[in-house]
Amino acid sequence: MTDKTTITLTINGRKHTIAVEPRRTLVDAIREDCGQTGTHIGCEHGVCGACTVIVNGEPVRSCLMFAVQADGKEIRTIEGLANGEVLHPMQQAFMDNHGLQCGFCTPGFLMLAVGVLEREPDISDDDLLDVLSSNLCRCTGYQNIIKSVRQAAVEMRK
Amino acid sequence: MTSPVSPHTTKGSAGDRLKWVGRAIRRVEDPVLVQGRGHFTADLPAAHWVRFVRSPVAAGTIKSITAPDGATVVTAADLVGVKPITPMLHKFEYRAVGQPVLADGQVRFVGEAVAAVVAASEEEAEDIVDLVELDIDETRPLVDSRDALQPDAPQIHGVAPGNVILKGQFKTEGFDAVWSSAARIVKIDARSHRQNATPMEARAAHAVCDPSSGRVTLTCTTQMPHLVRTAIADLLGMPESELRVIAPDVGGGFGQKMSLCTEYVLLVWLARKLRSSVAWTEDRRENLIASFHSRDQYVTLEAAFDADARLLALRTDIVSNVGAYSCFPTTSGVEPLMAMAEMPGPYDFRHYQCLARGVLTNTCTMAAYRGVSRPIITFTLERLMDKAAKAFAIDPVDIRRRNLISAFPYTSAMGLVYDDATYRETLEMAVKAVDMPAFRARQQAARAKGKYLGIGFATFSERTGYGSPAFAARGMEITPGWETVHITVDPSGFVEVRIGSSPHGQGLRTTLAQIVADEIGVPPEMIKVVHGDTDTAPYGWGTFASRSLVISGGASLIAARKVRAKLIKIASHMLEAAADDIVLEDGQAKVAGTDRTVTIARMAREIYTQTHRFKGELEPGLSESGTYDPPGTFSNACHVAMVELDPETGFVKVDRYLVAEDAGRIINPMIADGQVHGGVAQGIGNALLEEIVYDEGGGILTASLADYMPPTAHEIPAIELHHIETPSTESITKAKGLGEGGTIGPPAAVLNAINDALTPFGVEIDTIPATPQRIRAALRKAETAA
Repeated sequence: MTDKTTITLTINGRKHTIAVEPRRTLVDAIREDCGQTGTHIGCEHGVCGACTVIVNGEPVRSCLMFAVQADGKEIRTIEGLANGEVLHPMQQAFMDNHGLQCGFCTPGFLMLAVGVLEREPDISDDDLLDVLSSNLCRCTGYQNIIKSVRQAAVEMRK
Repeated sequence: MTSPVSPHTTKGSAGDRLKWVGRAIRRVEDPVLVQGRGHFTADLPAAHWVRFVRSPVAAGTIKSITAPDGATVVTAADLVGVKPITPMLHKFEYRAVGQPVLADGQVRFVGEAVAAVVAASEEEAEDIVDLVELDIDETRPLVDSRDALQPDAPQIHGVAPGNVILKGQFKTEGFDAVWSSAARIVKIDARSHRQNATPMEARAAHAVCDPSSGRVTLTCTTQMPHLVRTAIADLLGMPESELRVIAPDVGGGFGQKMSLCTEYVLLVWLARKLRSSVAWTEDRRENLIASFHSRDQYVTLEAAFDADARLLALRTDIVSNVGAYSCFPTTSGVEPLMAMAEMPGPYDFRHYQCLARGVLTNTCTMAAYRGVSRPIITFTLERLMDKAAKAFAIDPVDIRRRNLISAFPYTSAMGLVYDDATYRETLEMAVKAVDMPAFRARQQAARAKGKYLGIGFATFSERTGYGSPAFAARGMEITPGWETVHITVDPSGFVEVRIGSSPHGQGLRTTLAQIVADEIGVPPEMIKVVHGDTDTAPYGWGTFASRSLVISGGASLIAARKVRAKLIKIASHMLEAAADDIVLEDGQAKVAGTDRTVTIARMAREIYTQTHRFKGELEPGLSESGTYDPPGTFSNACHVAMVELDPETGFVKVDRYLVAEDAGRIINPMIADGQVHGGVAQGIGNALLEEIVYDEGGGILTASLADYMPPTAHEIPAIELHHIETPSTESITKAKGLGEGGTIGPPAAVLNAINDALTPFGVEIDTIPATPQRIRAALRKAETAA
């Protein structure tokens, strides 16, 4: 299992050309080969969503995708969410509404919510709840995550 | 900035002027975390990676461990001189059971680390793990604590005959006479199945040895860095000064990260041996099978009532399955002894008898999990109160009204002193908010349509912020309790607050800054709270047991008062005014009634750099310490759950959840509400979903998050919060703790609601989690009987 393949991952607009084993997951490649450790690993079996990133516009669980499958694709991670010093409305909303406590699941929730709202800005409250129940948080009881995402949705529609 | 938060009512007068305490200011922790710039243990690179070979069997004797050629595989035989983890209690017939860092001769649970593979990458180490051959002679495993108590049960540790690791017994004088005078005895046999705290960040450790000095820095996901250092230094026989422990950003703990992990000990040993860096990141399966488990108890509780449904006495038998070893530092007494001490709950009665046993089995070791035994004993006692209400044909609310404590301070039958609280007021607040007559009407109407609604109440007390006397009462060899805080105003005028607590999501850097800000008159943004590094933080016990805001908050206030006193003296010199006339606020000292001011930054600069001006009357520098070791204070709450139960599937939906809570003075309402929200969600998970399932052979059937089901946003309804603030007389900030209360109430409230919904079927369920399978089994039994 040591034959490596050379791939190029474009993360937040920057190209990373790396050599990975075919079995390497996208999240391991993002964290270890590209040094972007803001994306977290919570379960490695696709349940918790902590590793959610946006690949070609779609939120995906990067523990369930091989790095080689993301070759040449546009990947967005938490590190690219703010515009320089200006936070994304979703980041601001999580801070305003206490949408995080330990912060471990937060990057995954932010990328999930941003990915979905960019695709579906007028998503209904019920559908939003369905989407947010894809990821797990153990600290907040989800109350303030839901509140944060709703506030950001309003901002993002402006 | 203020956030919309739940309504707060202050009972009594706070009596002092507070500018920052009580405000929902944003957390200083957040900007880094929302940008993915946090530092978590698993983010660190390492030269060597470790994966563990774990026992596939629950009990047996290791015959051989065969490693593939050329692989670096460490076993117990290599760990010469490394002591086993042997926590100690000096009471309750405790048996000192040792846990080797790697299994030594025997394996005692599925998942126990037998060997450690070291390789250049995690993947390589994992591949080698698959090639290590274990030959283990299996013996009969004990999974259920009741089986372990049978006379013919194998003995898991030689030092613990009958597999009983400790036995707590208590009986009030005159108990028997009161018991026999009772008009009615009500009984419950409650069962709480095993759970896992499941922080979103599983465990991880990274140890690096400085090759020249030999000093090791261990970065790990822990709630108690200093104690990790003390423990590992003891086990490896090294000076504490040669070990630095860092708890960086920690992704939740909930108690699971307050016990010492064998894996962390091994990492330090390896770093010293390799004179290099070595890391281990647990995967979720390991966390579910081999970290720590909790809440596996059988509780039998009987209550004696007089003819007016007034509680006279409680009698209980608690069997806590503590797993294969004893956790450090609390020992496996943490659950049974907590259950024994706090079973009397919020009710007024004088007689109590208890037998609480910790029982060893071939399962993962038990350790603290948010609320410790209180979710279970509250569920048991509150189910019993509902059963008693039914037996007396009175309303569940009425039986609570008749029995709740209302005069303070109150000394429980167990001898605990309860400070001023609002058991009755929070109950009435909740009753008013839910509108019982309207609910009962809705319930009746729904039944006619084949829909089953239920309402359940839980009233409880929550002992928080307790110092060393409370831990000493358990006879712990390691007796945590106090906290120390160092505050330095440096020559720049900025304030550094170094704390021994180790927050990991609680927002303590924000709330402690609020407390200090009020005392020394600078805004919180000028105050930096520093924690989690044994090189920079004062020795302290960490963050657990709803203690940090009360104890580190109290220590912060004590230190800040000293800083304030010195600032006033400095100002008095510089402004040539009497100390009594100096006011500290908005970053300045002012002479009351004049326009003479000096900034705190200026004063700080002068006390370091112009000390000659103070003519030897003031010592140079501006640095003070405070230590606080309080007796403990009781928070309280009433929780109400409203559920809909589908009898066809056994599915329970929580429609509405309400909390009326009193945690004393609230320092930051936004953060306080967040603690309760998160606690309630865990409690609902504990009540309905979460269960570690062992098969008869001791294998775990719930080794993924798809099987062990923490709740998602779908399972948690909007949580409605109401607060009363009764300033605590036992806490100098007047705050009580509230980290665990949210988790304590839901199993009781939800199970009472389920049983209310089940009333027409004539069945009851006294087991958590109340899964659809269990509810259907109860209904099937009723159907068969009919």
